[in-house]
Amino acid sequence: MALLRCRGLRKEFGGHAVLDHLDLTVAEHQVVALIGASGSGKSTLLRCVNLLEELDDGTIELDGEDISDPRVDPDRVRRRIGMVFQAYNLFPHLSVLDNITLAPRRVHRRGRAEAEAQARELLDRVGLGAKADAYPDRLSGGQQQRVAIVRALANSPRLMLLDEVTSALDPELVGEVLAMIRDLKADGMTMVLATHEMGFAREVADEVCFLDAGRVIESGPPEQVLGEPTQPRTRQFLRRIIEAGRL
Amino acid sequence: MTLLDHVPSEAQLRRSAYRRRQTVYSVLVAASSTAALGTLLVIAVTGAPGWDRVRRSFLDPEIARDALPTVLSGLWLNVRLLACCAVGALLLGLVIAVLRTLRGPVFFPVRALAAGYTYTFRGLPLIIVLYLLTLGVPGLRLQGMPPVLVLGGIALVLTYGGYLAEVFRAGIESVHSSQLAAARSLGLTYRQTMRHVVLPQAVRRVAPPLLNDVVALQKDVGLVSLAGPIDAVRAAQIATAQTFNYTPYVVAGVLFVLLAIPLIAVTDWVTLRAARRQSGG
Ligand SMILES: Nc1ncnc2c1ncn2[C@@H]1O[C@H](COP(=O)(O)OP(=O)(O)O)[C@@H](O)[C@H]1O
Ligand SMILES: [Mg+2]
Repeated sequence: MALLRCRGLRKEFGGHAVLDHLDLTVAEHQVVALIGASGSGKSTLLRCVNLLEELDDGTIELDGEDISDPRVDPDRVRRRIGMVFQAYNLFPHLSVLDNITLAPRRVHRRGRAEAEAQARELLDRVGLGAKADAYPDRLSGGQQQRVAIVRALANSPRLMLLDEVTSALDPELVGEVLAMIRDLKADGMTMVLATHEMGFAREVADEVCFLDAGRVIESGPPEQVLGEPTQPRTRQFLRRIIEAGRL
Repeated sequence: MTLLDHVPSEAQLRRSAYRRRQTVYSVLVAASSTAALGTLLVIAVTGAPGWDRVRRSFLDPEIARDALPTVLSGLWLNVRLLACCAVGALLLGLVIAVLRTLRGPVFFPVRALAAGYTYTFRGLPLIIVLYLLTLGVPGLRLQGMPPVLVLGGIALVLTYGGYLAEVFRAGIESVHSSQLAAARSLGLTYRQTMRHVVLPQAVRRVAPPLLNDVVALQKDVGLVSLAGPIDAVRAAQIATAQTFNYTPYVVAGVLFVLLAIPLIAVTDWVTLRAARRQSGG
C-alpha cells in the first residue's frame, strides 16, 4: 500500500510554477531518490509534503489520509514525518541532547528521563554518545547532520524526508552520513531523499525520479533512470553530472 | 614528538624577546602619559581663580555628611522603583513584541493595538506620560485609585515597554526562518516554537541593548519626583535649598554612578560574551 501519494501537485512562487502537475507515489519501506538540476523543485516538493508550504493545487495523502485538506492540523501531520535539511538547522542554543529531546518532550509529552534515555540510545547507535552534552557549534558538519537525523528519528516518524543532506559537507564527511541512511534503509524506513550523490542514489534507492521544471519526467529503478535514461533532459543532466565528476 | 619537548627555534626566541620588550615599553608609555595628564588636570582645576569658591559650594565634606542620609533614603526609592519598573517593562516589551509577530486575520486587532502602542509610547515624551498618569488619572476620582508612586511606575513601564518591545522584535526577526522550519517540521506548534526555539535565541542576541535600556531607565525613574515622591535628586535639591550649597547634588551624582557601575559592568560582560559567541567561540 502507498504510504505517500502526491497527485497533481502545483506550487507557484510569484506567478511562476515551481511544481507543475507533479505525481509521486511512495510505498511503505520504499526509498525514493529525487534527482534534478538545482531549481527543479526538489526542496519545494519536500517542503510541500511536510506542509511547510501551502499548495496551489493537487492532493497529498499520507497513510490514506488527505493531509492537504486545510482542516487537517499540520502539527499532527508533521509529527509523523521526519525532515532533515541541507544546512542541518540544529538549534544552536540547545545541547545535542536537548535538540533531540525537544520534540519528544514538548510534542509527545514524554518525561525527561524517558526522552533522554531514548536519545542517548539513538546517539550511541550512531557513535555520537560522547557528544550528548556538546553544543552544535562544537561538532563537525558530518556530526551535526547525524544529530539532525537522530533528532528527526526521535519522533518515530512513518516517513523521512531528506533534502540534500550531504551537500553542505566536506567530501570526507559525506560517507558517515550516507552510512547512517543506509542503516535506516536496512531498518525498513520509508524515505524520500533529494540528492546529488548519483552513486548513492543508485545504491540505496528503490526508485529514482528525475525532476525537471517541477515535473517528474522520468522515473524507475536506478539502473534504468541512471543507466539507460530515455528522456533527452535526463541524459543531458546526467552528462553534466559526469563531467563534474560526481558519478 | 610531543608539545612539551618542543625546542623553539632561534627566530621564535628572537620574536618572543622582542614582544616582551614591546610589552614593557607599552606599559611605561601608558603610565607616564596618564601621570602627565592627571597632573595637568589637577593643576588646571585647583589653580583656577574660582577653585576655592567652587570647592566650598560643591565639595563641602560636612554638608555631604549631613545630606547623605536623606539622599540615601531617596536613592532607596530609585532602587525599588527601578527593580519593579525594569521587570515590568521587560515583560510588557516581550509580550508586545510576541503579539506583533502573530499571523492570521484573527489577530489583526491584537497586532494593530500592539503596533499602535509602540508607535505612541516611543513618540510620547516620558514627562508627558508621567503628568498624564500622576496628575490626570487621580483627577478622575475613581475608587481604589493606586498611590501616585504606582501611577508613576506605570508611566515608566509604559514608556520603556515601547522601546524594549522594538528591541525584542528585532531579536525575534533576527532568528533565521530555517530555525522555524526545523522546529515546525518536528511537530512543534507555533507557541512551542516561539517559546523553545525563537525567543531563547532572540533574547540572547538582544541582551546587551536590553540592558542598555535598563541603565537608561535607572536615570529616568527619578522623574517620578515631579509628581511628589522624593527620590535621590529631589532629596538633594531640598537639602541644597536649605544650605545654599550644591554639595548634596554631588553626593547624589556619586551615588547614582556607584549604583550604575554593577549594571553597566553586567551589560559589558553580556555584550562581550555575545560577541564571543558570534565569532564562533
Ligand atoms: N520561498 C520561495 N520564494 C520564491 N521562490 C522560491 C522559494 N522557494 C523556492 N523558490 C524557487 O523555486 C524554484 C525551485 O526551488 P527548489 O525547490 O529549492 O529547487 P531545488 O531544491 O530542486 O534546487 C527555484 O527557482 C527557486 O528560486
Ligand atoms: Mg534544494
